[in-house]
Amino acid sequence: MQPNPKWRAWRRFARNRLSVLGMVLILLVIFSAVFAPFIAPYPEHAGVVVNFADANKPPSAQYWLGTDSVGRDVLSRIIFGFRNSLILGLAVVSLAISVGTIVGITAVYLGGKVEIVLMRITDVFLAIPSLVLAMAILGIARPSQMLAMIAMAVAWWPWHARLVYGIVRSLKHEGFVTAAEVVGASRIRVMFGELLPNCAPNLLTKASLDMGFVILLGASLSFLGMGAPPPTPDLGTMVSEGSQYLPDIWWLSVTAGLAIFIVVLGFNLVADGLRDLFDIVG
Amino acid sequence: MTKFLLGRLVSGVIVIVGVSIFMFFLARVIPGDPARLALGPEASAAQVEAMRQQMGFHEPYVEQYLRFVGGAVNFDFGRSLYTDNPVSQDIAATFPATLELVIFAGLAMTLIGGAMGIASAHFKDRWPDNSARILSLLAVAMPNFVWALFLMLILSFWLGVLPLTGRLSESLAAPPAFTGLYTVDALIAGEWQVFLDALAHIVLPAVALSLPGLAQISRLTRTNMVDSYDRPFVEFARAYGFPERSIALKWALRPAIIPTLMILGMQIVALLGNAFIVETIFHWPGMAKYGVNAIVRKDLNAMVAVVMFISVFFVLINMLIDTLVSFIDPKIRLKA
Repeated sequence: MQPNPKWRAWRRFARNRLSVLGMVLILLVIFSAVFAPFIAPYPEHAGVVVNFADANKPPSAQYWLGTDSVGRDVLSRIIFGFRNSLILGLAVVSLAISVGTIVGITAVYLGGKVEIVLMRITDVFLAIPSLVLAMAILGIARPSQMLAMIAMAVAWWPWHARLVYGIVRSLKHEGFVTAAEVVGASRIRVMFGELLPNCAPNLLTKASLDMGFVILLGASLSFLGMGAPPPTPDLGTMVSEGSQYLPDIWWLSVTAGLAIFIVVLGFNLVADGLRDLFDIVG
Repeated sequence: MTKFLLGRLVSGVIVIVGVSIFMFFLARVIPGDPARLALGPEASAAQVEAMRQQMGFHEPYVEQYLRFVGGAVNFDFGRSLYTDNPVSQDIAATFPATLELVIFAGLAMTLIGGAMGIASAHFKDRWPDNSARILSLLAVAMPNFVWALFLMLILSFWLGVLPLTGRLSESLAAPPAFTGLYTVDALIAGEWQVFLDALAHIVLPAVALSLPGLAQISRLTRTNMVDSYDRPFVEFARAYGFPERSIALKWALRPAIIPTLMILGMQIVALLGNAFIVETIFHWPGMAKYGVNAIVRKDLNAMVAVVMFISVFFVLINMLIDTLVSFIDPKIRLKA
């Protein structure tokens, strides 16, 4: 066995075969999302294409996963849908982590009234289910991709605030914090130079899990018609379209649903592997 | 003990006030012109002005907020723009259906999820553990609505064993309203056929709704129970030669129940949130479906009321669970 720490970390991660499977799934999804125009059999079907001659065709050699009600290739739209899901997930998770981390660290480190106010605000946002909160925000405005991202980030940051708050609170009185304070490190320096790096393993694991959850939340929103407006290829919207034609045109809902499942499963499995790697309990 | 509960009550009230401020902000302040938003671009200027007068939109925000709160504590959230009923009346009419769904899903989630977690920990790394873990992965990674559609496609469309949508077959009349829960009311009235029909209708939505929470509960119970198997008190019990079964249920499970109970509140509220999707798919005439319609139609009064109602429900459920936990674990009530 090689002594290289990177290799050792990989061994720990790969001890669970499912984590490796998750990694493979995510890499495949990322690959097809990045190279969507080259992989998709009919890249132009990601946009406004009407081809009634081929509408509602079941899976065949020509259209592997069939076509939708206006004759667009489902496989191509799923591949482009991966692209949107990943962008959405990445944007929302980074926004939510940034805000949540700043709130969590600030609350603990400044303490006193700041802590009470910040954590109470967090509690308020946690009292409304994420889906309902995001819907309510989207409800007062015209839905757009941008607004959907913001609404989901608003619904998602409190979870990170709570996570970081818990970790930092247990670290606040550790030796390295006091040491940094004694040598005259500024508050900002202690908060983001000393405390933040200690949250990194938990945050990374949570980020992977959240990519899955946020993509799921986004799919739920678009399923309810509050996601990206057509003709954007969106997995949730595709499931919703297909659900109107059940049971005859089953392939649209089933394949788009399985596509969401693959992405979310991948991120969940990788999160499990990271949890083993960093030895996180829970 | 009283002090502990009082503290919880105060923080609960603070959360509800916070939600009311946020919702007021969302529905009245951000839109700029809530009357125009509600009536749509086709309404005439006179109509919009009339609504502004009627709803008091010209007053300062503080006064509007206080009036909103004054109404809310008396369950007066104004009229729904769509149904034209008082919003609280609409909620009272639709909530029992949602409650029934949430109770069934909650029971399934807790009992099946708990049993799966216990089996998983007890038979760690053997087939019951592996199958429970795969099942919870499937449950958590596949969206609710995809599960719902798959179950519907297979069980209703293809096999035809369960009804498709709604709460009751059209040929049957609703049982005399007592609790508003069809299954319970049917039992009270002794109408067996109605009971079975209502039960058949609730199975699919309840199962679809329960799956994500079921996975979380199974997983958490497993983790904590595996953890307590490594503790000295289990070793002690083994040394005394207690049977494995009672070690599992008495020593390993007891401490593992508390973390599960603590997330139960979150999970029950998540059920209410996910009901927004499940009720839409199964045409379940509940409060969540009403909420979806309110949001889509920009019926702001109804939207605000539904969200407020959910957050009050959240606070109450969490207080209930905190009380329960403090009975089981004295450390928690003494710490507060």
